Amino acid sequence: MNIRDYMKDHFLFLDGGMGTLLQEAGLQPGELPERWNVTHPEEIIRIQKSYYDAGSNVVLSNTFGANGLKFDDEELEQLVTAAVKNAREAARQSTGTQEKFVALDIGPLGKLLKPYGDYEFEDAVAMYAKTVKFGVAAGVDLVFIETMNDSYDTKAALLAVKENTDLPVFVSNAYGADGKLMTGASPAAMVAMLEGMHADAIGANCSLGPDQLVGVVEEYLEYASVPVLLKPNAGLPRAENGKTVYDVFPPEFSESVGKLLEKGVRIAGGCCGTTPDYIRAVVEKSKSITPVPVTEKNLSLVSSYTHAVKFGESPILIGERINPTGKKRFQQALRENDIDYILGEALKQQDAGVQLLDVNVGLPEIDEPAFLLRAVRELQAVTDLPLQLDTTDPVAMEAGLRAYNGKAMVNSVNGKEEVMSVIFPLVAKYGGFVVALTLDEGGIPDTAEERVAIAEKIIKRAADYGIDKKDLIFDPLAMTISADTTAALATMQAVHRIRHDLKVNTSLGISNVSFGLPSRNIITSTFFALCLQDGLSAAIMNPYSQEMMNVYHAFRALHNMDENCMDYITYAQNLPAPTMTAPAAGAAPAAGGEAAASGSGEGPSSELQKAIVRGLKEKTGSLTKAMLAEKKPLEIIQSEVIPALNIVGADFEKKKVYLPQLLMAAEAAKSAFEEVKVAMAASDEGNSGSSRCPFVIATVHGDIHDIGKNIVKLILENYGFAVSDLGKDVPEQTVVDEVVRLHAPIVGLSALMTTTVPAMEETIKLLREQAPWAKVCVGGAVLTQEYADAIGADRYCRDAMETVRYAEEIDEELKKSN
Amino acid sequence: MDRKALLREALAADKQTIPQYLDYESPSVNVTEWLRYSCIPVYEQENAAKDPELASSMEKALSLTDSALSFRVGFLVVPLSWDEDGFPVFPFEQRSEKLKKNLLGCDKAVLFAATIGSGIDRLIRRFEKADPKMGLLLQGLGAERVESLCDAFNEEVKEICKETGRETRMRFSPGYGDLPIEVQKVFLPLLDAERRLGITLSESCLMAPSKSVTAIIGVC
Repeated sequence: MNIRDYMKDHFLFLDGGMGTLLQEAGLQPGELPERWNVTHPEEIIRIQKSYYDAGSNVVLSNTFGANGLKFDDEELEQLVTAAVKNAREAARQSTGTQEKFVALDIGPLGKLLKPYGDYEFEDAVAMYAKTVKFGVAAGVDLVFIETMNDSYDTKAALLAVKENTDLPVFVSNAYGADGKLMTGASPAAMVAMLEGMHADAIGANCSLGPDQLVGVVEEYLEYASVPVLLKPNAGLPRAENGKTVYDVFPPEFSESVGKLLEKGVRIAGGCCGTTPDYIRAVVEKSKSITPVPVTEKNLSLVSSYTHAVKFGESPILIGERINPTGKKRFQQALRENDIDYILGEALKQQDAGVQLLDVNVGLPEIDEPAFLLRAVRELQAVTDLPLQLDTTDPVAMEAGLRAYNGKAMVNSVNGKEEVMSVIFPLVAKYGGFVVALTLDEGGIPDTAEERVAIAEKIIKRAADYGIDKKDLIFDPLAMTISADTTAALATMQAVHRIRHDLKVNTSLGISNVSFGLPSRNIITSTFFALCLQDGLSAAIMNPYSQEMMNVYHAFRALHNMDENCMDYITYAQNLPAPTMTAPAAGAAPAAGGEAAASGSGEGPSSELQKAIVRGLKEKTGSLTKAMLAEKKPLEIIQSEVIPALNIVGADFEKKKVYLPQLLMAAEAAKSAFEEVKVAMAASDEGNSGSSRCPFVIATVHGDIHDIGKNIVKLILENYGFAVSDLGKDVPEQTVVDEVVRLHAPIVGLSALMTTTVPAMEETIKLLREQAPWAKVCVGGAVLTQEYADAIGADRYCRDAMETVRYAEEIDEELKKSN
Repeated sequence: MDRKALLREALAADKQTIPQYLDYESPSVNVTEWLRYSCIPVYEQENAAKDPELASSMEKALSLTDSALSFRVGFLVVPLSWDEDGFPVFPFEQRSEKLKKNLLGCDKAVLFAATIGSGIDRLIRRFEKADPKMGLLLQGLGAERVESLCDAFNEEVKEICKETGRETRMRFSPGYGDLPIEVQKVFLPLLDAERRLGITLSESCLMAPSKSVTAIIGVC
């Protein structure tokens, strides 16, 4: 019988622990258990048979650690093939009369993926794929991914399975005592991602006993529409006479597991410390329990690598600011590969209170697939908000969805067949919550009825791809009322009907409605309130607009979505005080208490300089803005910002200020630069944001310490250098390629560990061969002048200021020689 | 069994023990060390303390990390033997003169790994670009936290050894002096650190979560 069919009406029983039983059979510490498939097949078969005899329906092949990191391809194939054969033989020999299946067991690679570790996501997918291919060729009934403690790693393994077989796949994660995966994911986040990728059953194993996993299991049962599995440890381990023993025994174990079967768990077994006796007890216990039917929960979820966001209850705010349309400053950032600017926009919107971020990096002259991929990875390194991938390029969409850690929101499809036929397959494969625009080959219909008709068509077409309407969210399109005053009415009616008649979520790009009108905020925010009343589930909006945020908070309070109005009260308390009389910009501030932080002879000579020296970020920004009315942007840099930085820099060199103060001043200066960049982008002065030479900076191959490098980068940027930051753990040739590409006259390399200095030396060697013009300065905790000389660097720079001084030297020489 | 009882039993064993795992409450914060790890030298700290901006940033760092950290230690005890050149024999290859000197006269050693989890790395990521000063303070705080955790564990080992008139040596870490960092490749699997503590190793033998420590404590 097919396991998918069998599961529909029966509990499914898994096996129990393997490790302890192998040790009892003589496996030595440090010996790889997978090798026993070939050297001791009789022991493996004996143990697995005892599980089938105890009533297990599914026994996992002895392949937990069988992966390409531990074994070469030839041995891996041999071990996996033997393991599957052993499990089959155990099933054959068993006297049990139950349905029996063999699962290919897949455990984690033991590598932490980027950005927190050093292992590439795609390498992990390829590594898991090897084991999957060998296992499938050997003839298993299903694949069982287990003990995964990181959501990205789980995605890599599941993707490898899905790309190599149509067999059923179960996915089990290992939760900590805090109810989260080691890298932070909640059960709901895992449900969203794994169901999106069509796992057949999901749940938890290992790490804890059944009683400690109750909370995790309950969360699975609340969110999951597929069967939930549980494979807990026999409680918590402790040592007794040099052996590990567990504190929960078969009677209590089966009692605890039985309670969870009654609550809805459909698949159960045991992990560390459990034996056939535990399984037998669970099977026995289950005889008095009727399986709870698995029901469709109809939840509309997106997720990040930490949490899930549910649509359809409290309205969801999606920040619209990561989008180049109509934003010169943003376009400039895209052209200059300035990812930090985009990350800054993300964090600002998160602080402003959005629950999701729209990410649009489409600009005709950039490589959108590559940039979207990079943006997704970098954004997920700094923010835990789920992302909405916003692109019309299907190649970019696939790159982004594949790299995304979680279940992303997809923006967008529409009623055009050519769009649905390329986007829906991507959603079916990677999972996703899809924005569907109610337009088609005939354009945007004028009436609500016609838009609803398109929505119905899209729902049907999505179903062909196995995508349920719970994973669709319709955008019935807000058009400006300045062109047609019936436009907003049609949109609101469409929102109402899609939400209440079709029972599907709705979203709108709100601000279009007021295009072409004065004081747009008044129209936009009122329209937002009206749409929310009609059932709008989400809005792509500007979270910096106080009017919009007012509407959102008031709506939630008025609609009983805000218990005791607590969110509203907190919001209201943090509103800026009404400005009675706006102080004239740039006016002299009150005297007193403005003493410069530095004790140097050359004190700051203007308010702007003082603000920078004291690290006052906002004040620096507003003073710069005011000053831009009178002075040219570059003049402000030359006569104000750089002198202020020199004061702080000199004090740092004299040890009169310390690093945090230097960083604060640098941050303040950065806000001055931002204002200048905005002004220059607006006046089309071009991209001459930096007036100094390019500077390539990297932490060398094998080293992941980048605190020092990041500080040097920040200060260099402040001094006007066009810094290209390659990040950390950068391969030697990558550094060289970037130096060649920019024809950069100077390179900065950082290493913290003695073990990675050879990589630094190698990088310098390659630079001398392929980019002989470039000067190389080096820094980092282990480096000294002698060391720098020995590896052939041009200069050892002990801190950020020394690097600046050296870069200035090179820049001056360059300017002279030109 | 409480922590001390576990440790006492392991230290009394006459053969290599299985790895065991201990949970700790958050140790109290050593502000001097925190600031030192944040690049504010000890002699500057009195001056720094007057800076209200720094004080409020420190407060924020503490509240951010309040519920984001966990304090776990995995350890095992090995009896020591010596090879013909007088180097202590471990399950990993090493010929470190400094470790040899450190362990001279010891008959067993505690091998441990301590971590405060990956929450701190997420926070550092979140802040290091948007607010470098906060990034630096979080880096410093993370380093102080994991060192304080090691101190707490080390102190308990020391106390238990004292009960039977034994003493402990300064803890000694892979990567320190002439003890190669590559021993981590054997050290961490001995403690089943990936599964039980969530510590993984990069190609260049660095640990993630970054605020993790492995070390050896000699007992004589």
